[in-house]
This record gives sequence, structure tokens and C-alpha cells, in this order.
Amino acid sequence: MTGSPTAAPKDGRDDHAAGIRVIEAGHANRHYWSDVWRFRELFYFLAWRDVLVRYKQTVMGLGWAVARPFITMVVFTIVFGRLANMPSGDVPYPILIFAAILPWQMFGSAVTEAGSSLLNNSPLISKIYFPRILIPISAIVVSVVDFFAALVVMAALMLWYGYLPPPQVVIVPLLLVLTGVIAAGVGMLFAAISVKYRDMRILTPFLVQFGLYISPVGFSSQVVPEKWQLLYMLNPMVGVIEAFRWAFLGGDHAFPLLAFSISVGLAIVFWFVGVHFFRKNENIFADII
Amino acid sequence: MSLALSVENLSKLYTLQHAGKFRPKTLAEALPMAVKGFARRLVHGPEASEHTEDFWALRNVSFELQRGERLGVIGRNGAGKSTMLKLLSRITEPTEGRIRINGRVASLLEVGTGFNPELTGRENIFLNAAILGMSRREIVQRFDAIVDFAGVDRFVDTPVKRYSSGMYMRLAFSVAAHIDPEILIVDEVLAVGDAAFQKKCLEKMSEFGREERTILFVSHSMPAIEKLCNRVLYLNGGQVVADSTDVPALIREYMGGGSGQEVSAQWISSEGSPVHQAFTPRALRLVTSGGNVVDGMIDYRQEVWCEIEGDIDEMDDALTMGIAVFSDDGQCLFWSYQSDLAEDQWPRFHKGRNLMRVRLPLDILNGGQYRLELIGGLHFRQWICEPSVNAPAIFFNLSDRVSESPYWNGKRATSIAPKLHWTIS
Repeated sequence: MTGSPTAAPKDGRDDHAAGIRVIEAGHANRHYWSDVWRFRELFYFLAWRDVLVRYKQTVMGLGWAVARPFITMVVFTIVFGRLANMPSGDVPYPILIFAAILPWQMFGSAVTEAGSSLLNNSPLISKIYFPRILIPISAIVVSVVDFFAALVVMAALMLWYGYLPPPQVVIVPLLLVLTGVIAAGVGMLFAAISVKYRDMRILTPFLVQFGLYISPVGFSSQVVPEKWQLLYMLNPMVGVIEAFRWAFLGGDHAFPLLAFSISVGLAIVFWFVGVHFFRKNENIFADII
Repeated sequence: MSLALSVENLSKLYTLQHAGKFRPKTLAEALPMAVKGFARRLVHGPEASEHTEDFWALRNVSFELQRGERLGVIGRNGAGKSTMLKLLSRITEPTEGRIRINGRVASLLEVGTGFNPELTGRENIFLNAAILGMSRREIVQRFDAIVDFAGVDRFVDTPVKRYSSGMYMRLAFSVAAHIDPEILIVDEVLAVGDAAFQKKCLEKMSEFGREERTILFVSHSMPAIEKLCNRVLYLNGGQVVADSTDVPALIREYMGGGSGQEVSAQWISSEGSPVHQAFTPRALRLVTSGGNVVDGMIDYRQEVWCEIEGDIDEMDDALTMGIAVFSDDGQCLFWSYQSDLAEDQWPRFHKGRNLMRVRLPLDILNGGQYRLELIGGLHFRQWICEPSVNAPAIFFNLSDRVSESPYWNGKRATSIAPKLHWTIS
């Protein structure tokens, strides 16, 4: 156990350093982050379980992580590229779309998984103590694994069209982290709400679906009228997706500085609001789940 | 000795929501109520109602536990035992008071927490052990021992959803048995599984006890408590009523205590007990030949009768009712039904109140404590009172001396002790 040994004795911190654990009304979470660290192995195991279980007893296995974004891309290419005739510059439409599907699918499934994770693990919550925040965060790992599987499709597409990615492609892992932080913030919020309000279960898929329409997945941000741009960028995924396009495609796609800054700012806000709200409600999860 | 656990003025408050008494009869009444209800749920949460009630599941509980003490916590359903376990395990937060714990704790509120049916035995061992607080290194070290103890080595790579329920329980318990805490908090784990499994659990826990570890054990099984614990805490209505190191004395007091239906020599039906039109049990008791309900130790020279009262609304030819007798380690010694002999010798049921009587075969029982359950149902169709599930139960004690023989004056280490008649020629 780790604990700071230099605090006033009356709040019991010195005891903690000596190996004594104190459970008190209103103070159950005094050593929250050191507990999170202590339970880090459980985090790996929970994530590992989610990854294992996801594709058990399926014929396609991890192939689903490849097939789903691929099929989405085909449909979007036909609908937006051919039928709606949206402009794509000199970039093949499938690649334009896929560069956006990668972060969007990761975000959508991470929010869904994290949002439903507490309810899915209710037996654990009512029988065992550990920092509950491990549950939604570990649920996101599955989406990260899917992301990497889909990345293979991206590589294949680029090979097919003979399209060489620009050097800034190395920044993709950082963008992935940013996507994860936004998804974690939103996911924690949804998860904590869903413990009390099961309405969230019904609302989440709807919200994710809605998010797809207001994000530049099937189209490019240039089609949005100037006067709506700022409002449109308040969706944090706009900056993320455009940054992904810039990283994969370069060329016409300049770095979306304003949208990206807004995304980073919102990511920080979502993360802190999510963590705060989650922790504020965490103590009663076991009582009401 | 040093302090392992101290609990000071621990309290936990729950707020219960009640449904209102008023039920709307017309749409004109229902509509405004629905709107009001929606607004209320929006503001106060989906389970809010106009009628709430505060309920102290635990109130001002204090006790201290020294290292090496094995505390049994007893009390009727709703006495606050589970709430206390949840507080000690940090699953939920106390409303008032504080708990100090000195040492590595493992709490087993059920076996197999977090088991995933899709995962294999091997995968579940790792997952469950991690959930119980073992590190990866410890799991790898103890993996073989866990598989061995559970006896599932051939199925270790099979998804546990294909396991029999017995295998599943053995594996789950085996993981739990290999955690290595200084303080062990255990809930009614023994209430599940068959007799052999329960015995195995108890042995493993005794082993823990012999190693001078601190145990806090909640159970309804008095024999298990008596065997395992060197101190008992009796909770009632969320408060500590008694705290004593004289385990047998406190258990006796508790068993004789007022309406303690589940632990006395008489059971009377109440809300929640089995109901069936073919037979609704009303009472189960042991009476002496004088007709009094058995009180205290039974002497082998006594005649003791088991009486069952029950109501029949509709006659059913397949009705079989009887008793099951269990020894104190949970082993079932025998069943007996009214329909055990040739059909023309069966006693006949009739509509209305029936009083069944059978003499207890004391001449085959060993000394010790027994549980007697009222069991029965519709032959090959349906249980009304299923053994160890919803069967009403009573308890009785037989004195250790079971024979006049000068050579047989102590309890034999056998399940039964029949007095047989020998001849020599």
C-alpha cells in the first residue's frame, strides 16, 4: 500500500501508511488513486476478459472488427460519393471515408461499451470492492483492439489505391489517445447515469447514431456552411476526425487547428466532468444497481 | 495478540420507497397522476415515490477482533448480517461510524464472483483470482493446486458453461480456497453445493483457523459456526444483542430465542412458506410421548414423534409427504415418506387439515445435532417442499450416550449408530 505519511494524525492518514485501513462515512475514497494503482492487475484482467468474450463462439472472430468498418465504408462511398456526389478532392473516396470511420467507430463502440459496462458487471459491483472506475475504462480496451484490426483494412486500401501516407501519419497513436479520452469521459458519465436511470440504455445507441450524422464521417467538413462552422465544431469528434484525415491523407487536408483545439479542450472538460460525476456517485452504485 | 479489526458505532441507513395506496380507476384520474409521477421521477430519480421510510439496517454496532479470533455472526434474516459484510468489504459505505482493518483482507461474499460462462476453466481461474485480489504471479504459482483441488484438470480448457453445476462450484470454491489473506470475511458460502462440497469448504476453513488467521463468518448453520468459531456475535434488528466466547451457550440461547422458527424444534407456517392446493404445510414439530414439544437435549430412552400438520384443498393421488434428516455436517441421513410401504398400507390423506405422525428412529441415530426437514410433493411431477431449498426445517439434539451398554458410552465417529440384535451359535 502506498500512502502519504506526512498528514495530520486526526484524519487517519498515518494509520494508512502503517498498513491499517480505515473505512469511514464519507471518506471511503480517501486513497482512491493509490487504490486504482493497486488494482491495476485487475484492470488488465477485466480488459482481457472483455476482449476474449467479445468474439467467443463467433465464426468470424476478430474478422468482424475488419468486416464492420469495411462494409460501412462501402455503403458510405456509394451513398455519399456516388449518389450525393460529395467532393473528395484528389483522394479516393473510400480512403477519405475510412480515415473517418476508424476514429468514429472506435468512439461509438467505446462510448457504448463503457456506458453499459457497469450494468453488465453488476454482480461484481454488488459482491466485491475495487475502484469502479476500472470497469468503464477497461471496457474501452475492446474498442482499441478493434481499432487496430480496422487499421489493417486502412493499410490494405492504401496499398490498393497506391496511396502513400504523409509523414504525419506517425501522430495517429496520439489521436487515438485523444479519441479514447473523449470516449472515456462521455462513457463514464453515461455509465454512472445508467446505474440509476436505465433510460440511458435506450438513449445511448440513439445518441451514438445521432452523433454519426453530425460528424464528418460520410462527408468532409468543407461542405458545412461558414456560418455554422463554429457550432458544428462543438462536436468534439469533428476536430478528431479531421485530424485523422490530415494524418492519413495530408495534401488538401490542412491541419484543422481551430476544430482540433476545441476537441482537446472538450476532451479535458469531458474527462474531468466524467471522473468527477462518476466518483460522486460511485459509493451508492452497490446500493442501487 | 494484536488488533485485526475494530468496528466503532457502525450504522447504515437505507431509504425505502413505497408505492402509494391510491390506484387510479379512470383515464381522467390516471393522466394527471402519470404526469405528476413523471415529473417526480425526473427530479428525484426513477424509483422515487411519495412514500419513503428510513430503515437502519445496522445501528451503532461496535466490536473488536483480535488476530487469530474466529468470529461467527448469527441472526435471523434481516438482522443486518449481510449489510455488515458489505460494509466490511467496502462494497458500500457506512452512514455513520468507522471500521479499522489491520492486515490483508479477502472477502468471499459468494463463490465464483465474476465467472464468465463463455470463458474456459483456465481463463476463469485467472479472472476470478484477480477479482479476489491475487496478483498474476500468485495465480501462476497456485494454478496447478487450484485445478487439482477442484478436480477439473481434464476440462480446464472447456468453457465453464459446459460444466456440470457441481464442477462449476468446485472450481469456484477452489479459487477462493487458495487466496491467502490475514483476515478472511466469509458469507454463507456453505449454503450452496452438496453435502460433500459443504464439508470440503468447512474443512478448508478450519485449516485457515488452525493457522491462526482471523475469520469473520456469517452463517445460518449453527453446527458450522460451533465447529469453526471461538466467538459469536448475535445481531438482531441491526444491533448487537450478544457477543460471547461461550459459543455453544450463545447458540443454545439463540436457538431457543422466541420466534426463531428456522432453528427451534417447532416450525409454524408464516408468510413466504410453501403453499400448494394439494398440500400446504402448517406446522412441523417434535413431540414427546406426553405430547409436549421437545425442549432441549433428547435422551435415547425417550420416544419422540414427528408431527406434520397440513391443509389439503384439492386431493391429488400423487401426493407424497415426509421428512429428511440431516446430520450437523450437512450430510443427509435418510428420507422417509408416508408412501414408503406397500400401497395398501399407506395412511390416507383427506380434504382439510391433516395431522401426520411418525416415530423418530432414535435407535439408529448417533449423538449430535440434527436438522429435520419437511419434504414432499407430487410424485415425479413437482416439489412442494424441496429438500434444502424451501423445505421447512427444525432442529434437535441427541445426547451422545445412545446405549445402555457399559462398553458403548461415548459418541462413535460414524454417521449412524444402529443398535442391532446379535446372536451367537
